[in-house]
Amino acid sequence: MADNRFAQQHWEKRNAESPGIRSEIVTGPVTDWATDFSHAEPEWAADPYSIQDDLRQRCPIAHTNRFGGGWLVTRYEDVAAIAHDTEHFSSRSIIMGNFRPPRELAPIGGSPPITSDPPFHHDARTLLLPAFTKTAVGKREPAARQLCHSLIDALEGQEVVDAAADYAQHIPVRVIADMLGFPAQDGPQFRDFAKDTLEGINMPLSERVTRKSALFYYLLAQVHDHLDNPRDDLTTFLINAELHGRKLDVSHVVGTMTLLLIAGIDTTWSAIGASLWHLAKYSRDRERLIANPELLPTAIEELLRAYAPVTMARLVKQDVNFGGAEMKVDDWVLVSFPAANRDPAQFDRAGEVIIDREVNRHAAFGLGIHRCLGSHLARMELQVALEVWLQRIPAFTLADPADVRWSAGQVRGPRALALRIGG
Amino acid sequence: MSSRLRASSAERNAGVKIQIDAGVCQGHGRCYDLAPSLFGDDEEGYGKVLGDGVVPLEKEDDARRAQLNCPEHAISLIEGT
Repeated sequence: MADNRFAQQHWEKRNAESPGIRSEIVTGPVTDWATDFSHAEPEWAADPYSIQDDLRQRCPIAHTNRFGGGWLVTRYEDVAAIAHDTEHFSSRSIIMGNFRPPRELAPIGGSPPITSDPPFHHDARTLLLPAFTKTAVGKREPAARQLCHSLIDALEGQEVVDAAADYAQHIPVRVIADMLGFPAQDGPQFRDFAKDTLEGINMPLSERVTRKSALFYYLLAQVHDHLDNPRDDLTTFLINAELHGRKLDVSHVVGTMTLLLIAGIDTTWSAIGASLWHLAKYSRDRERLIANPELLPTAIEELLRAYAPVTMARLVKQDVNFGGAEMKVDDWVLVSFPAANRDPAQFDRAGEVIIDREVNRHAAFGLGIHRCLGSHLARMELQVALEVWLQRIPAFTLADPADVRWSAGQVRGPRALALRIGG
Repeated sequence: MSSRLRASSAERNAGVKIQIDAGVCQGHGRCYDLAPSLFGDDEEGYGKVLGDGVVPLEKEDDARRAQLNCPEHAISLIEGT
């Protein structure tokens, strides 16, 4: 029997209905980070750490009226408490911007399971877990290694290379394209989709809807291609998957595909890029890893702690006093894992990168039920990307420290990273 | 004599036992990354204790390292078991 879940009339109707709460777009320089913060501004992108360190000392919970109202938590203890508290904080939207999806979208949300709350969350997540275990992702290591070598082959003969654009970003894009069964040549489109979603938070909402639709139609075309030519990948898996005795509806299939495509790209790209930035800047750490490659897994954890790329957002479910902050229903809460990871109350010498740090309970992949589904994949990609780079290009420095460009928003990493090869 | 030796070495080796609180583990996998001879993963990536959880003396440091790096505080070391 034909699978009509993905027939046009079913999803067009759903796509046309977009109730939700819209707020005024406020941009421009921040007056006071404690009362007017914005993670979309260039000064945040340039150096969020000094802002967060300052807030942690004097606030420690900051507020803003931008984005329709929200909070920023900076202490490890508060970040952990909110990440574990699904009673008061919903994942119905996890990107803080000027649109809140309707409350009825909970507990599923637009991109299950990252946007899901209990009890639905558990079953939607359990569907995906087997594909993302350390063993499962380990099978992709040889292909990732080969890709890294070929990317470095292509850099040959250049004195200055952009390690963010010409190396780091290609790795997660290729890996996730393979896992979903999408054409590798569509990579540049995926990066636009990810950028629009994560960095375009202050775009006019009509523009945001247009770009979101482009992503939806792209994914739907992939679903149809897989219906015609089923194969052994995550897209075919999602099309056939059952939850509670029923196949997933179109919004769940496409929503999860959105999550897998978007969440794996900028995040891992950022982690690889930030690690290379650190090693270019601090030659002692780089030389130590060259001399002791077995230290790399420990160093990667420390680089993840210090340069954790991902901040998550929650929506307040009902009015609550959290640590003295009077949070109102539908306020955003920005749960800064990067700030938690630099909290001196949790880590000795929190502001320093100690590449052989032995005890490292960092929260780079989140805490609680939403622990990053792709954490084992990200770690594999980081290990391979850095290992191959250091083998092939052991000596490199920042070509121009002032010229490194970091992304704003909830995923932070270098988007332009010019490195000078050799001495 | 030989049975006495075995018993005493068994007593010595039974110093520490590891446990994972399955209600707290979220599958970060630090334990099986750091101490793969003591911990493994199940088919969903959650940590599990290999064997009976009794830690050989020479692996006690690994067990502690795993415990101290678990982001969810899901691992206990039970002393003097």
